[in-house]
Amino acid sequence: MTTTTNKPSTGAPGDGPDIADRSLLTGSLPRYFAPALLAGVAAVVAGLLFVSGSFGLPLFAIGTVVAYTVLITLASARVENGRKAKDRLVTTVVYTCFGLAMVPLLSLLWTVLSMGIERLDGYFLSVSMSGVTPTMDAGGVYHAIVGTIAITLFASLISIPIGLMTAIYLVEYGRGRLKKAITFFVDVMTGIPSIVAGLFVVALWMMFFGPGNTNGAAGAVALSVLMIPVVVRSSEEMLQLVPTQLREASYALGVPKWLTIVKVVLPTAIAGITTGIMLAIARVIGETAPLVLTAGSSAVAINWDLFNGQMMSLPVFIYSQVRMGDAINYERAWAAALTLILIVMLLFFVARLVSRFFAPKLGR
Amino acid sequence: MAKRIDVSGLNVYYGDFLAVEDVSMTIEPRAVTAFIGSSGCGKSTFLRTLNRMHEVAPNARVDGKVMLDDLDIYAPEVDPVAVRREIGMVFQQPNPFPTMSIYDNVIAGSKLNNQRMSKSNADDIVERALRDANLWDEVKDRLAKPGSGLSGGQQQRLCIARAVAVQPEVLLMDEPCSALDPISTLAIEDLIASLKENYTICIVTHNMQQAARVSDQTAFFNLAGTGQPGRLIEMGETNKIFTKPDKKETENYITGRFG
Amino acid sequence: MTTTDSSTTPRAPKGKRRIGDVVFGNTARGSGILILAILAGVAAFLIIQSFDALSANTANFLTTTEWDANTDADEEPAFGVAALAFGTVLAAALALVIATPIAVGIALFIAYYAPRRLASLLGYIVDLLAAIPSVVYGLWGIGYLVQELTPFYQWLSDYLGWIPLFAGPISTTGRTMMSAGIVLAVMILPIITAISRDVFLQVPRGHREAALALGATRWEMIRMAVLPFGRPGVIGGAMLGLGRALGETMAVAMILSPALIISPHLLQSGNQTIAAHIALQYPEATGHGVSALIAAGLVLFAITLVVNMAARYVVARRKEFSE
Repeated sequence: MTTTTNKPSTGAPGDGPDIADRSLLTGSLPRYFAPALLAGVAAVVAGLLFVSGSFGLPLFAIGTVVAYTVLITLASARVENGRKAKDRLVTTVVYTCFGLAMVPLLSLLWTVLSMGIERLDGYFLSVSMSGVTPTMDAGGVYHAIVGTIAITLFASLISIPIGLMTAIYLVEYGRGRLKKAITFFVDVMTGIPSIVAGLFVVALWMMFFGPGNTNGAAGAVALSVLMIPVVVRSSEEMLQLVPTQLREASYALGVPKWLTIVKVVLPTAIAGITTGIMLAIARVIGETAPLVLTAGSSAVAINWDLFNGQMMSLPVFIYSQVRMGDAINYERAWAAALTLILIVMLLFFVARLVSRFFAPKLGR
Repeated sequence: MAKRIDVSGLNVYYGDFLAVEDVSMTIEPRAVTAFIGSSGCGKSTFLRTLNRMHEVAPNARVDGKVMLDDLDIYAPEVDPVAVRREIGMVFQQPNPFPTMSIYDNVIAGSKLNNQRMSKSNADDIVERALRDANLWDEVKDRLAKPGSGLSGGQQQRLCIARAVAVQPEVLLMDEPCSALDPISTLAIEDLIASLKENYTICIVTHNMQQAARVSDQTAFFNLAGTGQPGRLIEMGETNKIFTKPDKKETENYITGRFG
Repeated sequence: MTTTDSSTTPRAPKGKRRIGDVVFGNTARGSGILILAILAGVAAFLIIQSFDALSANTANFLTTTEWDANTDADEEPAFGVAALAFGTVLAAALALVIATPIAVGIALFIAYYAPRRLASLLGYIVDLLAAIPSVVYGLWGIGYLVQELTPFYQWLSDYLGWIPLFAGPISTTGRTMMSAGIVLAVMILPIITAISRDVFLQVPRGHREAALALGATRWEMIRMAVLPFGRPGVIGGAMLGLGRALGETMAVAMILSPALIISPHLLQSGNQTIAAHIALQYPEATGHGVSALIAAGLVLFAITLVVNMAARYVVARRKEFSE
């Protein structure tokens, strides 16, 4: 027999089916059926809604999805079989879940963008609320941006060294019960509600400086409580990715351990660590609750001094404007929200770029 | 049971990359056909096209014909899910479902088509499949235990039982013994010999002694060169391939001069 | 313990203790210990500062619903967290019920349905959703979503009003528990999705292929191989999401029109959560007020602690199974 033998099939039929229908030719809906049905259903639903005069996007979407789901399942059950019908039903549900999740995201981004853009301009970014009465058509967020930058920087200044050194301890030095305890309590710390972190600083400051004493530094300490565990977790993960051979190679050259960490391990992991830190900053820069309690929510003037007087920040600005509740306040809140989202997104994308372009070439 | 497979002009692609080129062969029913060849020569890829498992990978596609008796399994009106039920598969790593008991593992495939199977009917299927897989005596007292508690060789036989429980026409085995110790391997080889009375069996193996021991027909695959697609070099009676192959390439491989 | 002989990584050459090694190693260890100190400090300061109000409290702290803590020196404060704890759990549970099924759906979509390119893009989007500050969610909720939801609430109460949860008359402002729950659900969706997606992707290929080779459809493959394997991960993710929802302050504080009652009517205004209560009350707190709020914070801390520990436990147990 050669490889090209192509004997005519004997055509022997398979032995009797004893479980179910054994034909391979179970009917199947053509490939174009699903998209065609979807388009058809959408058109019909839109038509019906227009005729009844109640057209609305949500109603249209819900109607289309429900009708399509029912029809595709029925069609499949009829032409194909029950199992495939179930498969198609689940597929539709999974796609719907995805669509459903996109709705709030797009809605949120679109609303913030369209509402925020109206007031977001050079003036809004460059003036404070000093001397502006709540209903006046004036004022901006400069003081809040100043506060956000100052508080976040100070929080990072506290969190990054502590977090990074702890991660180094856990990966390079730690062992036994201390390591276990730290790992466990870092987990606990990750779960601290942000308002509790704020209360902690309130309690701390009450103890040392007396009641009612709020300033930017207090806010930064509260944010640090939230930021440290995030930095520890992400840095730890990145340090663990550094291959052991790299350390061994360094030891073999007679380099002491601490220099090995500083000169070999950290540079290898630095891209990942930077990404993690930037994501941690993006996370805390939007924290509101602890700052409401600690840095104050009524500052209107520009204040660069972390240790003296209340300090406004962007998230707290949004919150306090909403609390005032007039149309002009909402306008300011939307514009501030847009500013905040832009900052967070910037951090987010820079973080991604760092991790993409500066990732160590470990040949993974 | 047991059907003939006729492959003609089969090309297998991953995206734009042609992995296996122009394979034509006939796989006889109630016989064991072994696919041998060096690593990466496309024999496993080819095997996976025989029950349309290949297309599970993203961008994977196939052109050519694979006739199961007189039906092309790549014909547009054919349902790949139904094909896989007719052509069962056993993998390199034993992979019983870790969350299921031995019993549930064996019955898993049959349940798909018959949700409300009677208990006695299910018991029959399980017992018959486990007996077919030479595993019944070893596990009959612990059918409710998880399949992951068995030894590697037992797990692989459990997977074979799971595959034969749906009574396929053809059984594909992708290096079924490469993760097993010699004793377990022997047990599987004995099992293959007994299964071929009822099934068409294709086995991919790296182990040439194994191919020589278990198969009736042997197909040798090789790469035309690095980055080139794999091809079927030669196919024929196992005896002939191992003693006096037609092609020089085959002889070199068999005698261990490369690969 | 010296720093040169303790390591989980390969040992550095032994010899005389280098000053650099000693300093560096001890700084690292000190940082770790500092974290323990901070956490002990959080617990200690909260307990100490809450003691003042708790000892003056004339009502049972755990079973009282009203909050009368802003008292002058000669008055007796009477406050409790019963209504607040109920509201906290209700809001978080509501968010969880809404978010979990959708999150599992999205995770399945990303892992097994979406084309690969789209899947990695979606991964980014999910992460981005998680990075949006909660105050922006709150603003979106109060400034946009509640108006859009009111007709839907009307419809719910018209047709399903016989269920106490949806009983009317609905709040005309939409500032209800339902709205808070929906916004919280959107916020915890990315957390649950991310963790579920990760465990779904960890399902060994062998198990998925085994199911397919038996002639399973995609859904049957998921039910046979993916869901049983991923279940503990999904539960763990949902509980982490629950922890986040329990502690979330701003979204609830901005959306909910609060009342210190225990009410099951999701479409009427009322109820309040601990976190939002603290944020709203703190600026006006006098007398025992701040101390009482700290006590409430302690309760919140305890609730989230329990939930988070349970989540970690479930997730860790799954890891042991899969190894």
